[in-house]
Amino acid sequence: MADILTMGVDLGSTTSKCVILRNGADTLSSAIAQAGAGTGGPARAVAEALDKAGLTRPEITAVTATGYGRNTFAGADFVVSELSCHAAGAHAVFPEARTVIDIGGQDAKVLRTGPSGTLENFIMNDKCAAGTGRFLDVMARVLELDVSELAQYDARAESAVTISSTCTVFAKSEVISQLAGGVDLCALIAGIHASVAVRTASLVKRLGLVPPLAMTGGVAQNAGVVRALEKELGQPISVSPIAQLNGAYGAALYAWKKLGKDD
Amino acid sequence: MPETAEKKPAKIVLRELQDKIAQDAWDAKMRGEKVGWCASNFPQEITTAMGIPVVFPENMGAAVGAKGGGERMCRHAEDMGYSGDLCSYSRINLAYTDLKKCEELEIPFPDFLLCCNNICNCMIKWYENLALELDIPLILIDIPHLDAMECDAERVRYIRAQFDECIAQLERITGKKMDYDKLKSVMDVSQRSSRAWLRAVDYMRCEPSPFSGFDIFNNMAVACVGRGTVEAAEAFEYLADEYEELARQGKSSFKGEEKYRILFEGIACWANLRFTYKTLQSRGINLTASIYGPAFSFLYSNLDELMAAYAYVPNSNCFERELELRVNDAVKNKVDGAIFHVNRSCKHWSGNLYEMERQFRERTGVPTVTFDGDQSDPRCFSEAQYETRIEALVEIMEENKREKEARKNA
Repeated sequence: MADILTMGVDLGSTTSKCVILRNGADTLSSAIAQAGAGTGGPARAVAEALDKAGLTRPEITAVTATGYGRNTFAGADFVVSELSCHAAGAHAVFPEARTVIDIGGQDAKVLRTGPSGTLENFIMNDKCAAGTGRFLDVMARVLELDVSELAQYDARAESAVTISSTCTVFAKSEVISQLAGGVDLCALIAGIHASVAVRTASLVKRLGLVPPLAMTGGVAQNAGVVRALEKELGQPISVSPIAQLNGAYGAALYAWKKLGKDD
Repeated sequence: MPETAEKKPAKIVLRELQDKIAQDAWDAKMRGEKVGWCASNFPQEITTAMGIPVVFPENMGAAVGAKGGGERMCRHAEDMGYSGDLCSYSRINLAYTDLKKCEELEIPFPDFLLCCNNICNCMIKWYENLALELDIPLILIDIPHLDAMECDAERVRYIRAQFDECIAQLERITGKKMDYDKLKSVMDVSQRSSRAWLRAVDYMRCEPSPFSGFDIFNNMAVACVGRGTVEAAEAFEYLADEYEELARQGKSSFKGEEKYRILFEGIACWANLRFTYKTLQSRGINLTASIYGPAFSFLYSNLDELMAAYAYVPNSNCFERELELRVNDAVKNKVDGAIFHVNRSCKHWSGNLYEMERQFRERTGVPTVTFDGDQSDPRCFSEAQYETRIEALVEIMEENKREKEARKNA
């Protein structure tokens, strides 16, 4: 029987991700474009993933779109919310996980998953995007660092400076004041991570902390945030090796499922 | 059924009645009668019995929001110096007070103000400001927050004393005298209206519900502004009969198949009513439980019970009583999920909403979502954020139904 190829496209607010699966199991290729919904990012991510796998679009049986731009993506066979896709993706990697924390560019989500990986309940950040990927981007810019460097500094921190403001703009002022005061950079970055952890932990507690915990999304790649969150919650957190691709991976799994191949 | 309303759908009858009530107030103003601005849950039996016309700034705020003027009016109020954190109804009304015009809807300017803090304690400051700006008298009926499940005799005495004083003040301001026989008949009519309105909304328990639940947000206006009139009682009886007939035939005015039934918590997002409705309706979600609409009905059999009835207004109740109302409604009306509107305007209602959501979810076992919005300021609402939450809720409800079906067939 011929292989069935499914594609998941996650159109986030800051990046676009694409994963191609064979028979709902093997990852053939993946791609990340540093531009989100409403830009050329989605098309680039799709083209790159197809190119890496040596495939053309007609060879893909079904495509699921997810993420912020899911409803405007042309060429999707299915549209599924990023909440369900992240739950499905995380379950495939960590079948035991019951609580999935996903922090993306503008959203922080906490998902309760059932034993079969279905989404049972969820909670998202409200009012503002403090504590999300954008928050870390802003802070990295203030510190003249790339966001990917933050974790290295955090690892060397012997203490954490308190960043108490819950607003990104006010927190930025707080960080600038601390910098001007000559505070240790590593401790300052650890404090920034702790402030993200405090906000995220409150979401986890609102939904109800049910271990085991897993983390996905771009921010999961920052070991400093993960460590701060583990400390805040008093629980170990498994980090997905495909953290940033997890939504697209879940979307590709959904395409497989929706073709009726998972029953 | 009103004779003149033959063949007309009840919602048209109600809309026409609402227009007539508004026109009556304008006509009274033109005749030189004293007209009041009145809080939505003020004991209207008093003004109706005394023949004193009143209009409702909260209704105006909702209508202006629904007609697209919310942002413009709110911005004007902010330019006047009012904080954007204030209730959008108050900002729209304060802007109207300053501008003296509003293209979406105008109400006659008041000669006095009637405030009752059962629906909102912050409203006192809004009305005090109006009294100062317009240099007119303000009558306040203070209904203390109910920190128990029942309204006791002491509270009733406290409210009753203010009720009597309010009548005396109104007699002095308007020159009209209270006729206590008329008050009795207005109370009777108000009961008729309230019972009929509750009977109408109770048909949401049917599967399918005979109507789109968002209709409540339109039809409730008369329950708010004119429940003490015979025309209102007749219109609500007509509405209830219409729903009864649809339910008997297993039909519904909801467009499409009713796949999911939800409780919608909080005031509607008037400025985003179409989007919030279409997002639900297009996915087969019908609103079959709501606290807000039925809140504008008051059941009592004497004056003391009338006082107690006004203490049981949603925002005036203790948390436990509020929770019971929602859980009972959700169970009776068989909801599959619930949507909680965290309304930026309504600090009181939103203050305990997260805890309400948590306990509601634990008690009912149905999935819930919260979303940020506002009753009349569209700047506080994000379509994409709302849509994401609703889509995820649908996916959970769909899975729950699939599992339920599988268990049934096992």
